Order: sequence, then structure tokens, then C-alpha cells
Amino acid sequence: MAQPDQAQIYSQLTSIFHDLFDDDSIVLTPETTAQDVEDWDSFNHINLIVAVEAKFDIKFKTAELEELHNVGHLVQMIERKLAAKG
Amino acid sequence: MLRDLFWLPAKSDWSDAFSAARKLPAPGAAAKLRELANFNIDFLQTVQIDRALTKIADAARAEANASKPIRLAMLGSSTLGHLAPAIRVAAYRRGLWVEIFEGDYGLYRMELGEAANPESSLKKFAPDVLLLALDAQQATRGAADDAIREMEACWDAAKRNLNCVVIQQTVLQTLPPLLGNNEHQLADSPFTIVARINELLRPAADRAGVLLLALDVFAQQEGVRTWHDTALWHRSKQEVHPRVSHLYGEHVARLLAAIRGRSAKALVLDLDNTLWGGVIGDDGLEGIVLGQGNAVGESFVAFQKYAKALTTRGIVLAVCSKNDEVNALSPFAEHPEMVLRRPDIAAFVANWQDKATNIRAIADQLNLGLDALVFVDDNPFERALVRQELPMVAVPELPEDPADYVATLAAAGYFEATGVTEDDRKRSEQYQANAAREAAKTTATDLPAYLRSLEMKLIWRNFDRVGLTRIVQLINKTNQFNLTTRRYTDADVLAKMEQEANSRALTLQLRLTDRFGDNGIISLLIGELDAEATLWMDTWLMSCRVLGRQVEEATLNLLAAEARAIGAKAIGGIYLPTKKNGMVREHYDRLGFEKTEESADGSSRWRLALAGFAPHPVLMETIEGEQANDGATRPGADLLATH
Repeated sequence: MAQPDQAQIYSQLTSIFHDLFDDDSIVLTPETTAQDVEDWDSFNHINLIVAVEAKFDIKFKTAELEELHNVGHLVQMIERKLAAKG
Repeated sequence: MLRDLFWLPAKSDWSDAFSAARKLPAPGAAAKLRELANFNIDFLQTVQIDRALTKIADAARAEANASKPIRLAMLGSSTLGHLAPAIRVAAYRRGLWVEIFEGDYGLYRMELGEAANPESSLKKFAPDVLLLALDAQQATRGAADDAIREMEACWDAAKRNLNCVVIQQTVLQTLPPLLGNNEHQLADSPFTIVARINELLRPAADRAGVLLLALDVFAQQEGVRTWHDTALWHRSKQEVHPRVSHLYGEHVARLLAAIRGRSAKALVLDLDNTLWGGVIGDDGLEGIVLGQGNAVGESFVAFQKYAKALTTRGIVLAVCSKNDEVNALSPFAEHPEMVLRRPDIAAFVANWQDKATNIRAIADQLNLGLDALVFVDDNPFERALVRQELPMVAVPELPEDPADYVATLAAAGYFEATGVTEDDRKRSEQYQANAAREAAKTTATDLPAYLRSLEMKLIWRNFDRVGLTRIVQLINKTNQFNLTTRRYTDADVLAKMEQEANSRALTLQLRLTDRFGDNGIISLLIGELDAEATLWMDTWLMSCRVLGRQVEEATLNLLAAEARAIGAKAIGGIYLPTKKNGMVREHYDRLGFEKTEESADGSSRWRLALAGFAPHPVLMETIEGEQANDGATRPGADLLATH
């Protein structure tokens, strides 16, 4: 399977956000942070990470999650992990 | 990937269906969401359903109105909040509505202690069920005995302060071994302590009447590494990983359903390619694949053995097959490798009608609700048809390989029970005796002659501790012949017995025996005496197995005599309508009570003055039982021996 490009990652990530936060109007940009999405609290943050890990079949390291600061960063990490998987 | 609910069917357009369901008006959405919960959904879909349900909570509660909501308090030493949506959705899958109280994590002992105070939030919540979850780190701070003592103290506090059913989660083995295969040599290693706690927990819970949520056992199915992630533990103190929360919820919901008597009671089996390989009508006795020497044939034997084993704990078997009856019966009578024989099958339906119609007939014949049936068929067409026509029947998605039939049915957990009574063990025999009675009935020329020929004995006792399990089970599962459908826990029933000791109440448990066998405890009554000397019937329920045998009349005769004995001047009848108890709407009318009140909701009150009461003529003996022992030395058994 071809490596998904950034646009595809954004699109899959958007669908996770829509499902998890029950809000189809969410539009993700690299600058989106937890402040911008209603209900994106620490509880749902865990669910988000678990959903992303399941969807892309990747696993984040504890330290990586500590420094995660916005959606752009999350997409970069996903991209890097998918590339490492080959 | 075993992290899913693989016995439920998959749905490729689930997301579209979910979006469509969200747009429906609340009642329609509530019904559709229940349907969508009955697919193989993952944790994210579970969260989605829960959010949707929360927004239409009133309609969802109404959709699940077959039983009153269950109030569940969750207390634990680690984060549990992520499990609540999964429990709600898994319960909703079964038509149960759960209200959840989440304790502050780590404060469970304090909260239980404070529940003595009527103003505490836990006490005010008034849980029906308390779920206690102790994580492995917390449990292994001391020795195994210390952990057990702490749990016992919690159970005591729960019973004293909350008077509710207690479920204790067993300890998930998340800790690393220090020694390896022979870890047990190291008695004080945390790993060994967890193992020891789980071992001690079984008898301790039994002694205390506490139910277990056997996390240690069912997490093994997918492995502890799937259930627990150390990184997540450090990050959020979630011992159970959110990705398996829907499995966790499923297990809790099964227990809740069992507590409410809502577990399935009968297994309806297809024949061709379900109980044996091939088609009996085409392949003949010699051609079907069944038995040793062939891996496929052995798979079918294993499945039959599992079905047979289920009967020993009270599950009733039925057959529903598209076949000529003669063909369908022939393996049961003649095939040497058959494990199941005709007497193992309580209802045998083989014809060419559609299966939905036949399953309805089976439910009637067994006197069970459709929601008490599980239908197993290898044919996807038949499964889809039954799911569509009879959504209340559980229809597991059977795998293509018969070798996996047993594991699938077992994993689906339809028959979850909180215990097994002597009546459960004898259920198959009772259904067989019923069939013999039916046969006798068709040969008897008139009803009185038939009833007389049964040589019935109604053996009664007040409630007692020996019969408590069966009494609570009947109270919680009887839906049809149940005048008030009031559900009680062990503690509630003990409280009624206490009242009885002070002559303020009357409790009766009735056993019916006849020449074909012992029907077990078939009827329960609870009456409460008010200040005007009227004995109000808080509960009157009866097993439908003994309908049409004058048991109601004989019971009233007994009730009148016993009511007089405690000073009652009248008996007050109460009828509270539900979806399922229409058959007893005129129960008190039939017994000669006068209607004194009727409400718009269909409930009614009745009165029978004892002064002028003359006993109904009945064709059975009524005897006070020596002991209502559910064991081998039952009065019923003794009486039968004299015939």
C-alpha cells in the first residue's frame, strides 16, 4: 500500500475528530490545538491518541506524547512513523 | 485482531447508518441506535453511540423500558471514567438502561465509609449495583490476605450503607514476574500476590454473596498486553486500555443482565451444517459428517457436547430446522456419533415454514419470551431473516469453520448467570416431564380427569435462607405471570423475611410435584399487612409451566388460611401492567376479588374479604413442606417415592 500523503492523513484524522467529538464542522489545520475544539479535554485526548494509533496501526512513545502541541505536529509524527514502518 | 465483538455481525456502512440515525426524531433514533449497538463495533463507535444516547437520554430510557434503569456505582483505585460509556452501550445493546455514578478515583474506601451519611453523594445516588475495581499496584501493597481483608471491609460497608448488589473485579495480572515459570516459589513477589488474591477472592466472594467480574480470566482471551498498556498507565492511570473498553463493558453488562434475570435461557439450534456436516435429507444417515476420525466431524461432536453441557446448568435446547421431520429426527435416534438425543431437545420443530414463525412457536411452547432465545444457524440468510423479523432474539454470527462454533457461542456470553440452582440443573428433566404431561392431556377425555390423574401436590413453605437464591432468581426473571414485577435483591428478600418474623408480612414459596416429576419452586407470594388488617399482595408470581392446573386457586386457598392466621381481615390485590404481564390483568377477577380502583396507566387494585371466603375446589393436595431444601432430600422427592 502506498504511503498516505499529508492530505490523506489530514482527511483520516478529520474523520476521527468528527466521530470522537461528534461535530462534523471541525476543520483541522496545522495550528489547531485542544483550545480550538470543544470537549478536547485530557480524557478525550487519550481516546484521540488511542483512535489514531488504531487507525494508522502505529504506537506513540510516552515522551512523544508529552511534547505534542498541535495538529500539525501530530500529523508530522504520524507521517514519520508510517515512513519508518515502510 | 481479537479486540472486537466478533460474534456480532459486521456492518460496512455503519458510519452512514449512524449519521442517518442521528437525524431521526428521538424515539426513532433510540431504536436505531440499539440496532447499531448490536453490530461488531469498536471502542470509538462505542463512544459515538454513547454520546448520541446521552443527547436523547429520555427516549433511550423509554426504548429500554422493559426494565427499570439500573443504577450502577463504579468505585476504584484507578481511572474508570473511560469504561462508563462502554458499560452504558453494552447494556443498551440488551435493552437495559444504566445510570452511572463514577467515584473519584482512589477515594473508594472513603466514599464507602461516608455512605453511612444520608447526605453523601454516593448514598444519595442509591445504587442498585456497586462495581469495585482494585488495580494490581494497589492490591499488592501488602500481602494477599491484606488485600482480601480490605475488599471484605468494602463489601461490608457497601451492604451496610448502600444495601446493594456488589460486584468485585478480580485483579488484572499486569505486574512483571521476577522469577519466571516458577514464580510461585517467590511468595512475596507482586506477581504471586496477584495470583494468590485472585485465588482467595473466589471463596471469599461466595461467602459474602458478592459477584465477581473475572477480569483476570477474560483478559486472557486477547492477552494482558492487549488489555493493559504500561505507557497509558503512567500517563492516565487507566488500567484497562480504552481500546478494549467495549469488551469490558460487555462483561459488566452481561452481569447486570444476569442480575436482572435478562440472560438468555434457551438455545435454538439449526441441524444441517450446524449440528452435523452435510444435509440429512440429501446425504442420508451414512452421508452426514459427524464423529471421530474426521476433523470436521469432530468439530460437530464438540459443538454438540457444548450444547449438552449447557443443559446441565439449566439452558434449554430446541431445534428449528427446514427439513422433513422424519429426516430431521433420524440422526437423533439412529446415528451412533450423536451426542444430543431426542430427549435433550425440549422443543423440536422441523418443517418448511420460515424460521421466524417457527422460532415464535418454539418460544410459545417453552413458555419463554423471544428475548430469552439464542438462535444458532450456519446459514447467513436464515440469520439475517431472524435478526430482521425477531430483533429480540440473539443471533450470533457463526464462523465458517465449525471448529470455531463453540468458541464463538462461549465468547458471546448470552447465558451469563450469577449462580446455578438445583432447579436449573433439573430444567431439562422438567421440560421432558412437561412433554409427557402434554401427551397425557391429549389422551385424557376431560380436564378434571386429567388433573386428577396428575396426582398433584402443592408443597408450601415460608421463605427461608436455603431457598434464597432460587427465590431471588424467580423474582428477577419472571415476566409474564407476575402481578407487580417488583424486582428484589437478596437483601430486599431478607428484609421481607424480617418483617414476616414480626407478623407484618407473609411470604410463601410453593413447589408443585406430580406423578411425572417435581416442577420445583413454581410460585412466590409476598403480602404486607397494613394497619386496617388488609394483606396487600406486594408480589404474586408463578411459573408459566404450571398454567391451567388450578395452582392459582389452590394458592389462594392457602393464602387465605395463612392470612387469617396472622390476623388479616382481607386480601388486597395489586396489578401493575408491563409489556409482558397482560396475561394476569384479570387474575384477581378470576379468583373472585372485587375491583376497588383502576388507574389511567392500567394498574388496578382489588379486594377479597376473608370473612365470607369459601375455598375454591381444587384437584390437588396442599401440604406444608418439612424443609424447603433445594438439595437431594426434598419433601417433593420423598412424596414421589410413596407412589
